[in-house]
Amino acid sequence: MDTLIQQIINGLVLGSIYALVALGYTMVYGILGLINFAHGEVVMVGALTALSIVKALAGTGLPGPVIVLFGLMGAVPVCMALGFVIERVAYRPLRNAPRLAPLITAIGVSIVLQQLMMLGWGSTYLSFPPLLSTAPHSLMGASINDLQIAIIAVAALTMGGLVLLVQRTRIGRAMRATAENPSIASLMGVNVNRIISFTFVIGSALGALAGVMVSANYSIAHYSMGFMLGLKAFTAAVLGGIGNLAGAMLGGILLGLIESLGSGYIGDLTGGVLGSNYRDVFAFLVLILVLVLRPSGLMGERVSERA
Amino acid sequence: MKFPIRNLVLVLLGAGVLAACGKKEERASAATRDSEVSVVRIGAASPLTGPQAHIGIDIKNGTQLAVDDINASGLTIGGKKVKLELLAEDDEANPTKATTVAQKLVDAKVVAVVGHFNSGASIPASKIYSDAGVVQISPGSTNPKYTQQGFKTTYRVVANDDQQGPVCAQYAVGTLGAKNIAVIDDSTAYGQGLANAFEAKATALGATIVAHEHTTDKDTDFTAILTAIKSKNPDLVFFGGIDTQAGPMAKQMAGLGIKAKLLGGDGMQTPNFLKLAGDASEGAMASIPGLPKEKMPGGKTFLDKFKAKFNAEVELFAPMGYDAVFVIVEAMKRAGSADPARILAEMPKTQLNGVIGPIAFDEKGDLKDGPLTIYAVKSGKWEAIETVGGNAAAIPAAASDSSKPAGDKK
Repeated sequence: MDTLIQQIINGLVLGSIYALVALGYTMVYGILGLINFAHGEVVMVGALTALSIVKALAGTGLPGPVIVLFGLMGAVPVCMALGFVIERVAYRPLRNAPRLAPLITAIGVSIVLQQLMMLGWGSTYLSFPPLLSTAPHSLMGASINDLQIAIIAVAALTMGGLVLLVQRTRIGRAMRATAENPSIASLMGVNVNRIISFTFVIGSALGALAGVMVSANYSIAHYSMGFMLGLKAFTAAVLGGIGNLAGAMLGGILLGLIESLGSGYIGDLTGGVLGSNYRDVFAFLVLILVLVLRPSGLMGERVSERA
Repeated sequence: MKFPIRNLVLVLLGAGVLAACGKKEERASAATRDSEVSVVRIGAASPLTGPQAHIGIDIKNGTQLAVDDINASGLTIGGKKVKLELLAEDDEANPTKATTVAQKLVDAKVVAVVGHFNSGASIPASKIYSDAGVVQISPGSTNPKYTQQGFKTTYRVVANDDQQGPVCAQYAVGTLGAKNIAVIDDSTAYGQGLANAFEAKATALGATIVAHEHTTDKDTDFTAILTAIKSKNPDLVFFGGIDTQAGPMAKQMAGLGIKAKLLGGDGMQTPNFLKLAGDASEGAMASIPGLPKEKMPGGKTFLDKFKAKFNAEVELFAPMGYDAVFVIVEAMKRAGSADPARILAEMPKTQLNGVIGPIAFDEKGDLKDGPLTIYAVKSGKWEAIETVGGNAAAIPAAASDSSKPAGDKK
């Protein structure tokens, strides 16, 4: 029983991070119909930026959580600016080009960012200083630490805030209008370019947050960390129904749980025939199953109108 | 007025002729120098980018140091002066890239290769070197298969997993008294080979393997498999893999409240592991082929030289890379030629006192009597606690202050 609870906690932590990254994919897709494959790299840039700030402050005697907060406060604006620039440079000039063109620039941006960060931060795995308390608390026989609680809570709050932003504010309404039909939205006085930039900036801020979380939790950061994380988050977004905010959150959490429970139990369930090395297989098997059985995802009622 | 001008012209002409002569002489001497000193290329292949770059660069630096040392003292092969040139390539720890790199080195007419690091890279590449008849000396590949493919060109200057895995098992079951053991491997040729060799010997010694889980060499989240392992209550976790996984793994074990000790192979015994695992590294143990860096016969001098040249600490395999170059050069000297085939023919006769100790090969190309050392992390540092096999007897008990098993720590 405590093992099950522990696996659920593991899955929730992982899933919260996936969900935050998946939101970045899904928001951009919802508005532009574009898969921003450079998003995983934005997460990585956020993690490495925060890492450098945290390392610089580590000796100052400030309390750990404050230092990490400073790291986050540095990483978020950097990633916001990066998201803005990526959209301006790589996607906006291709707004009316065939759909394949921005997809290719997305992959290009991803490679450029990886290599630039490798030049700056080196190619080795960097360790995130252990500033946050990782002393485990006992929860019904399972252990969870402050950082993990913080990750789940912050992710939930952020996602709630995002939903409020999109559903309850003026700019949110403009975002929804743009998602529905950019040309009509612009006829109604919505500055479509500004809304698209805003979407990238918000998505990148969430990515920075996820980057700090993932590197603080696993105490590791490196230039290629965004690739797999991005793929998984993309899977989560598709699982939930890409373009759908609630779907991305659900998809992220579900994917985290599937991975964690799957790799935790498959060995015992199959009597050792299949092992935990099938972990990534689960994630992508889920992606394929969803695409075959329910192409619009769990919560996507409509395939994006412009798809 | 005329006279001085005529003189001036003459002087100028003369100067021009002299200058031209000088140039000719220079060119001539350059040509003779080229014919006197022939350049011999040695290949090196290891992961210079990616998660294992720190280990790959360590090896490259080791080989570079050897090449520079040999060039500095002057090398004569068969009466001719020879200058060594190192051609270092990046295999990205990737089996596919390894074969490309191997072909590139062969095409560049290297006389021998020091590489690769990963077993998963050395094994596919070995076919290419074998077809080309180029000697391959791996500084770090420990998967037994590497030398068991029937190729004449495969050599290594480390003990293999058939030696390493069982020694770890012996230590875990015999010395530490572990009864229930969980095994994790990183699904690479190295990690899996080591974990399987460990598992077989541990079972033979009467321990129970309660779980065998798998991860990959790119993962950083092991909480799911560690939770599964925790439910089985092992008293020891053996990990076949390298530091980039072992570090976060140790941390996550502490986070999940797993009391079992972590034991691993050579890939884990690095400064990087200590950095990545932080406080959670305390008490972790690892075996490595060879003697402790500091206890190697040429260790002290080597470490100092390495530090002075690269301003970096030796991670692990630099001494092996260094010695591998000397093995090749010694074979060249005996053959009196830099011809790859002649070098290959001389390889079995290798008898060398290297930095890592005496080097000789068995008929398969494995290091004869390769010693192994068990290390444990004590107060944030790797300390040698036991040396097994090889000429261990000749070495004074490693680090006498820490000769007690790490198990006593908690």
